[in-house]
Amino acid sequence: MATQTTSPTEKSRGAFSSRKVFIFAAIGSAVGLGNIWRFPYVAYENGGGAFMIPYLVALLTAGIPFLFLDYALGHRFRGSAPLSFARLRRGAEGLGWWQVGICFLIAVYYAAVIAWALRYTFFSIDKAWGSDPNGYFFGDFLQAGDPGVTVDVVPGVLIPLILVWLVLIVVLVLGVQKGIGATAAIFIPILILAFGALVVRSLFLPGAAEGLNALFTPNWGALNEPGVWVAAFGQIFFSLSIGFGIMITYASYVDRDTDMVGSGLVVGFANSGFELLAGIGVFAALGFMAQASGVAVGDVAESGIGLAFVAFPAIISEAPAGALIGVLFFGSLVIAGLTSLISVIEVVVSAVRDKFELTRVTATLVVSIPATVISLVLFATTSGVYVLDIVDHFINQFGILLVAVVSMFVVAWVLRATPLLADHLNLTASVPIGLWWRALVMVITPLALAVVLVDAFRTDVQDAYEGYPGWMLGVFGWGGAAAVIVFGFLAAMIPWARSNALEDPGYPLPSGRHVQKGEQA
Amino acid sequence: MSGAAIAMMLVAMLVIWGGLVAAIINLNRGSAGEVTHDAGKHRDL
Repeated sequence: MATQTTSPTEKSRGAFSSRKVFIFAAIGSAVGLGNIWRFPYVAYENGGGAFMIPYLVALLTAGIPFLFLDYALGHRFRGSAPLSFARLRRGAEGLGWWQVGICFLIAVYYAAVIAWALRYTFFSIDKAWGSDPNGYFFGDFLQAGDPGVTVDVVPGVLIPLILVWLVLIVVLVLGVQKGIGATAAIFIPILILAFGALVVRSLFLPGAAEGLNALFTPNWGALNEPGVWVAAFGQIFFSLSIGFGIMITYASYVDRDTDMVGSGLVVGFANSGFELLAGIGVFAALGFMAQASGVAVGDVAESGIGLAFVAFPAIISEAPAGALIGVLFFGSLVIAGLTSLISVIEVVVSAVRDKFELTRVTATLVVSIPATVISLVLFATTSGVYVLDIVDHFINQFGILLVAVVSMFVVAWVLRATPLLADHLNLTASVPIGLWWRALVMVITPLALAVVLVDAFRTDVQDAYEGYPGWMLGVFGWGGAAAVIVFGFLAAMIPWARSNALEDPGYPLPSGRHVQKGEQA
Repeated sequence: MSGAAIAMMLVAMLVIWGGLVAAIINLNRGSAGEVTHDAGKHRDL
């Protein structure tokens, strides 16, 4: 029988009531907008059915091993990202705050996309976009002009965006179990049912088979192209919510006896399982659209905002029972986005709580009020879509990816912490972690991510992203990515409110003995 | 759908969803003693 090993100090931070709730929350974080609108197109563009091979290689050699690393850090050191890094080595705290800065920046724009999806869930009922979904989205709905920055508020975005932030604040104030855990435990099953229903409906549309044919027909020659492997590692990395503090934070809320390796395998495969489901649903619907328009599937295939807010409305307008498809699709986007957004902003709330010894309510308000204001000022205006596109691109490439590579390098090579973390995982692991894991997280994963990073850097230096003005890319792109680094290292200089905050929490064994840092279990 | 497309779709489903089922079975098999504690007893404020 396992023993209760969570200390009173840890309980005061909040905790998930069971492993199942933690797994739901972790899946809710990993399954986000990218699973639905990014994976299908990336797979289609990079070899179709053949893409599954590099994708699975990336999942097993980089995604899941990196997930274990995040889990080990949070679960072993029982803290938010900055606290876990600081407990590992005082000088590493800045890495955690860098991740916190990234999460703050992501939260302020991610909320806007959820607000759009929320509006479109209702627009689907009467197909408000009429016969021109593209013109409606950018013109009537977002009122987007030329790229630039304006303060002209768009009420149609402002109101749902306020609503999203209110929901978020309520969930965060309710705490780890009653807020985050309960939301995930309720909404993840609903998401699977809703998206499953969407997939079934899409599969019965005329032309669905052609869409699946386009997605799964293997182009074996693509496997010889390095870019296809880069795309596979990038997709796995971006979709698993790894490397920027989320999984460290969530793992710190899990009981010490929990099998983190077994849980990680479930989360990793569940995330990919949902992506595959999304690929089938999206391409079945695109096959219908192509047939209805008399064009090839490749002519209607899109990703991101274009897929969700332009291509799908067109499908909804044409398809039988289109309103149902629309409600299921945009409702799924709202749920997937919201559970991910909760995890992103919790990284910030948790860090602020740990550092300043604040109550959950105070920390939530300290974080959420400025985030809401920035979110409304930047993204509820007529220039919101452009700023969002730039921030999203640069913070993903030169925020998340860069901090992941740097923190992996520091943990594995500078601090040489992988033996300690492997020992920790093995205390409860159903699948033992061996030298293979250390080899993957010390060499294969950072190397693969560094290649993805260099490729992205070369592309963005050579060509101005999407042709945006240089000053916008400088301020919101490169500037945003640089600002979170500066923030990280400045925040690390602030002293901790509790004098013994950085003490190693150790790890109690069933015998009652504690394992301390540097000691073998 | 072409035979190759059907085969790749089935392989992807088998590996990914099969992997998920195997991961869940593995986790449940090793969890006979998992403790579910009362989160309401946590001071989460």
